[in-house]
Amino acid sequence: MSNELEITQDINNKFTAQQARGLNYEENLLWEKERSDHSGVDLPVPEGSAVRTGLPERTEDIGLPQVSEPQVVRHFVKMSTWNYSIDHGFFPLGSCTMKHNPRLSEKLACLAGFAHIHPKQPESTVQGALKLMYELQNWLAELTALPGVCLVPAAGAQGELAGMMTIKRAHELNNQSQRKIVLTPDSSHGTNPATAVMCGYELRVISTKDTGRISIEAFKEALYATSDDGSDIAGMMVTNPNTCGLFETNIKELADLLHEAGGYFYCDGANFNALVGKIRPGDFGVDVMHVNLHKTFSTPHGGGGPGSGPICTTVKLAPYMPVPVVGMKNDTYCLQWEEDRPETLGRLKGFNGQFAIHVRALSYMMSCGANGLKQVAEDAVLSANYIFSQLKDDFHAPYDAPCMHECIITDKIQKDTGVTTIDFAKALCEYGFHPMTVYFPIVLSGTMLIEPTETESKESIDRFITVMKKFAEDIKSGDTEKFHSFPLSTPRKRLDEVIAARNPVLRWSCN
Amino acid sequence: MSEIKFTNEHECIKIDGDVAWIGITKYAQEALGDVVHVELPEVGKQLKKGDNLAVVESVKTAAEVYSPVDGEIIEANVDMENNLELVAQLVSEGGWIAKIKISDASQLEGLMDEVKYNEYTENLD
Repeated sequence: MSNELEITQDINNKFTAQQARGLNYEENLLWEKERSDHSGVDLPVPEGSAVRTGLPERTEDIGLPQVSEPQVVRHFVKMSTWNYSIDHGFFPLGSCTMKHNPRLSEKLACLAGFAHIHPKQPESTVQGALKLMYELQNWLAELTALPGVCLVPAAGAQGELAGMMTIKRAHELNNQSQRKIVLTPDSSHGTNPATAVMCGYELRVISTKDTGRISIEAFKEALYATSDDGSDIAGMMVTNPNTCGLFETNIKELADLLHEAGGYFYCDGANFNALVGKIRPGDFGVDVMHVNLHKTFSTPHGGGGPGSGPICTTVKLAPYMPVPVVGMKNDTYCLQWEEDRPETLGRLKGFNGQFAIHVRALSYMMSCGANGLKQVAEDAVLSANYIFSQLKDDFHAPYDAPCMHECIITDKIQKDTGVTTIDFAKALCEYGFHPMTVYFPIVLSGTMLIEPTETESKESIDRFITVMKKFAEDIKSGDTEKFHSFPLSTPRKRLDEVIAARNPVLRWSCN
Repeated sequence: MSEIKFTNEHECIKIDGDVAWIGITKYAQEALGDVVHVELPEVGKQLKKGDNLAVVESVKTAAEVYSPVDGEIIEANVDMENNLELVAQLVSEGGWIAKIKISDASQLEGLMDEVKYNEYTENLD
């Protein structure tokens, strides 16, 4: 590679472009470009006008970099080319369901009647928007078999919080406040235990080490550890399929045992993509779950969001959900608040959730249709199993059995050569792929969690497989050194993660 | 005389009379990779066996260190916060994270000695 593309670092640790070639742009910060005689727009200095905002008048400079409009436009366009998104290429980030965002959904979300309304408008003027939310609630209720739906939560984690707060509210109003413990397996998403603790619950972890699944024995042990009948258990939080890409085969029996003990079953819907249209969580005993619209229902995320995490509950738990909920009265759509739902835990967020995302999600559901959604799950599972079947002889496969929508391999075969999971992730960047999820789930060492989704073509999946196989072959033949320097062709090269984590530089300064 | 014991969660413990010095094993350090942060417990905190004692964060993951016994934290290794290389030292030297005054010495009985622990880690994934 030519030296002309190399980037030097000056003593102040600022990157300075020597030269750029082709589409390899280097780009400085706006602060480094600014000149006092540049400005975006020249406006005359206003004379004799009083400040009428009623707010204190700013007397100092606002302190923004002074740059011209073309400079600003080019700056951000160049920066955008450094980003990697699902619109660039394969993005197999496990448990994230990075799938294509259909442009039809974008188009519908931009319709003036959806895009230009305000949540404070009178309900009579936004009947169409309310109808859309009502329809979305019904679709989610049907797909989950959980008829209580609240669209408010603005992300998956907030959905989890809303769901667990709903459970807590139900226990409190039913004199069950002695229930203080939440069960969760060690393979669960990190947000699950975090949510339980945020709600004031104590956590009890169920070990899944041997099989990657929750066994009845381990579950019973956790359920009855501190009481004979589980009367101190508030509930359990389980992701199904779990983060090992495995369906929890005992799920109905676990749910029955939990219900017998008086606990509620919270299901993390992050992996709903594997099940949608095929089975319904309410049918395997779930009491409340959140659904990541930005995963399963294909709305943008990963920097392009916002996310949206509606919750779906049983009839029994529905009264306790947050408000507002969209209802119908005399053929008119309306928002139901505390006065309509006296047992609600209250409001969780301003207004009604991420409405523009609701539009995209319903658009996706309706354009797929019931049969199309079934095929979503089928193709997602097929893609993951195809990758798994092609890679399981080159990499260690801890669970050598068909997976759901994502599969796990590890670096066990390669790690003694010094090439480990992080090196595979960095090498994938060099080959133009977003890496898979690495070192998660944490129940195994050196995990690589791969989720291709149903929207990847066989060609792009095959290219990924070919590259991964090439890595394994290179290592086998002793060609390991390069793995420690990848990526070489990206705008930023291999970062020193230890220094970055120990001494993060979080603010730019001119010195 | 002090002795070193091990847990199956990869804590190593130096038993010094009624005080236990807690660190993490070499196996745990290798699995974690470079440590970037250690969250120490507060002195005076009462812990039950199995409670979280500290968090060791690496570039890969954040791992919890559990208390092997009931007891009270009598000292935390504040030097470790600024010198993370200490995590890699022997528990009996700079590698201890905290010292606990043991309430119930019988809880030490189930712990492994070095030979047993090495056998245990050899059979791990």
